[in-house]
Amino acid sequence: MSTLTRNSSIPFTGPAPTNRNPYVPAGVEKIDARGAEIAGHLNSPHITQRPGEDLPTFEVDREQIVDVLRTFKDDPKLQYKLPLDCFGVDYPGRQDGRFDVIYQLYSFDHNERVRLIVKTDEETPVQTSVPVFKAFDWFEREVFDMYGVKFEGHPNLRRILTHEAFRGHALRKDYDPAQRWILTEKDVARLEPVVTDHADEGEYDRVTMNIGPSHPAMHGTLRVAVTLDGEIIVGAAQEIGYLHRCFEKSCETHTYQQAIPYTDRLNYMSAIINNVGYCQTVEKLLGIKAPERAQHILLILSELMRIADHLVCVGTNLVDLGALTNFWYFFQPREEIYQLVESCCGARILPSYTRIGGLAVDAPDDFLENTRRIVDSIPAFIADVDGLVRRNRIFRERTLGAGRISQEDAINYGFTGPCLRATGVPYDVRKASPYLGYETYDFDVPIADGGDTYARYLVRIEEMRQSLRILDQAIKRGMPDGPVIVDDPYIALPPKERVYNEMESLIYHFKLIMHGIQPPVGAAYHQVEGGNGELGFYVVSDGTKNPYRVRVRPPCFPIFSAFGEMVTGQTIPDAVASLGSLNIIAGELDH
Amino acid sequence: MPIKEREVPGSIIQRKDQQLPGEGPEKGLLTLPGESRTFAPGEESDRSFFTTTMDTAVNWARSNSLWPLPFGTACCAIEFMSTVSSHYDMARFGFEVVRFSPRQSDLLIVAGTIVDKIAPVLKRIYEQMPEPKYVVAMGACATSGGFYRMYHVVQGIDEVIPVDIWVPGCPPTPEGLMYGILKLKEKIDRGEMRR
Repeated sequence: MSTLTRNSSIPFTGPAPTNRNPYVPAGVEKIDARGAEIAGHLNSPHITQRPGEDLPTFEVDREQIVDVLRTFKDDPKLQYKLPLDCFGVDYPGRQDGRFDVIYQLYSFDHNERVRLIVKTDEETPVQTSVPVFKAFDWFEREVFDMYGVKFEGHPNLRRILTHEAFRGHALRKDYDPAQRWILTEKDVARLEPVVTDHADEGEYDRVTMNIGPSHPAMHGTLRVAVTLDGEIIVGAAQEIGYLHRCFEKSCETHTYQQAIPYTDRLNYMSAIINNVGYCQTVEKLLGIKAPERAQHILLILSELMRIADHLVCVGTNLVDLGALTNFWYFFQPREEIYQLVESCCGARILPSYTRIGGLAVDAPDDFLENTRRIVDSIPAFIADVDGLVRRNRIFRERTLGAGRISQEDAINYGFTGPCLRATGVPYDVRKASPYLGYETYDFDVPIADGGDTYARYLVRIEEMRQSLRILDQAIKRGMPDGPVIVDDPYIALPPKERVYNEMESLIYHFKLIMHGIQPPVGAAYHQVEGGNGELGFYVVSDGTKNPYRVRVRPPCFPIFSAFGEMVTGQTIPDAVASLGSLNIIAGELDH
Repeated sequence: MPIKEREVPGSIIQRKDQQLPGEGPEKGLLTLPGESRTFAPGEESDRSFFTTTMDTAVNWARSNSLWPLPFGTACCAIEFMSTVSSHYDMARFGFEVVRFSPRQSDLLIVAGTIVDKIAPVLKRIYEQMPEPKYVVAMGACATSGGFYRMYHVVQGIDEVIPVDIWVPGCPPTPEGLMYGILKLKEKIDRGEMRR
């Protein structure tokens, strides 16, 4: 039996004044017109447009969701092929079903996203959409785990992030955030891979082997069970949640500013990009933009972080293949990047440097010179390693064809980022929907054919070079003058010297600390290009100081859900080689 | 155990004149190379010997060749990687033989958040390590759960396994981790740890 611990930790700070203004997205008429166009094209009684949202949004009848998703995917005029996200929101006490299940899709042709909303309650199941989008397999399991929404016809509907002894559904509003359930070893469920291929059975005894969660070949805390026929993997099942640190619930129990350190720890390889994604989403809700100087600093740091992310990914991938030297070699430029970040804000890998509306502090005076020094030194490191590896016979034979995924499957699984580009799809959020002024920079989106480990290596190496190009241009432009945070007492803390000397600033400081930022009531989704792909945040505000719901779209999550299929039919060394190239970051995967 | 006198340059530890070996800052430690000359001038060198307790000798040996097993789950694992990599290079202190099998290591470095789902795994790994074994809790999460006071996070790994050294920080800097491990070395040297 599991034990129950009850230790509520959330301090009560009194009722906060509420912002009751509704959120009006920028360009709402255009979005609504596009939504009406889609609704008119579909002309279905099961779809109702919901105006005034930041994306074209439709409410869909629960029974019809699979058909509607299929129409959105296959209709020649719509072509919403890429499944981005599926998540839940809880509104207890609502009459027509307390849960929203939200699907978000992306169309390469139109370069736009849509949101489909289904309402349901605890008892009524929703039809599973796995036959349409394979990516929603894990996403639906997550909604089940967190909210208890049932999906009818789901092939494997069990908990995904929390453990077997867990009771209740953690993201429901009536769940005590600090209530834990203890897992003991005898409760741990056995992982049985699904084997569909029985062709060669009989030649060898089939063996099911467990790899991870603490294993030299498994990065972080991943766990895979493989069924082997001789040396060939005939079935693989992945288990995640070994680093489920309750990011989304933590955000709900903290203020908007306090949630920023939690975002750092999602993808801890490139923390600043997460900060940017979260802060820009809240800024979108507030209808503000960070000053130009802050954006410029963030762009430089984001690109450096992307390089650092890829350096570790390529380095550890090579370690898995037996080439240890490159890893140590690549850590030198990474240290230099850390030192630059440290000079800005005092922390190395988890900086929490951004604030909503700008930056915590200004960058030091020698920021650009130091960046220039780093940018000038990195190409030599990349060239050395690339020269050793690219035509290396061992490397090529280990990686060519290992972990191959077709373009169609990659899209269906919701791949984004380098792993999608390695299958030949030139989709990059920085080009498709630019932020931080990426539209003013000249850079290319590298793609590769094949979708295997070698292609992913090529894409990552080339992406680092493109990031260096962006950095070069950014340094040449010089730093814009001005403040690094917006001048709004309801969003940014006033400077300390004014707090100590002016009554008004003292009051603003007190109000902001005690009552927090209160965005208007509404929901916004914003996406940035993370190290692994599209990193999206969906923030719901109910006008109080705490976010009502923060949803992160972790790019690793759909990528790792495809891992079993990618390695089936290959050997364990292939699986190890391809896992390293996917760059699965446990913090982001398990959020 | 008799030893022969060897030509070794002087100790790295500065010593005052007339101070006997073993009375200085390294009191209680084993004598360093070049300091084993405890016999009076003129005495025959091949009859020289020194005495120590068995415990001291064993502790000295243990503390100088710790083989760490990084149980890296999260962000701290990245800083652990920095610590063993070229820039900080933990090999300087004799801890560089990183083993990924608990049966080959005697120092468990828990780097990162431990959640309820992985707690039984951590316990099993600790149990698999041979005696004597030492545990370093690296970072705020392993120490106390950090700022994850939530429904799925272990509030400090001492709920599950005993801990010898806690290293603060979120994540600790590589210097911090090295300091923690050197403190562990001191602890073992002093013979404080008995299992």
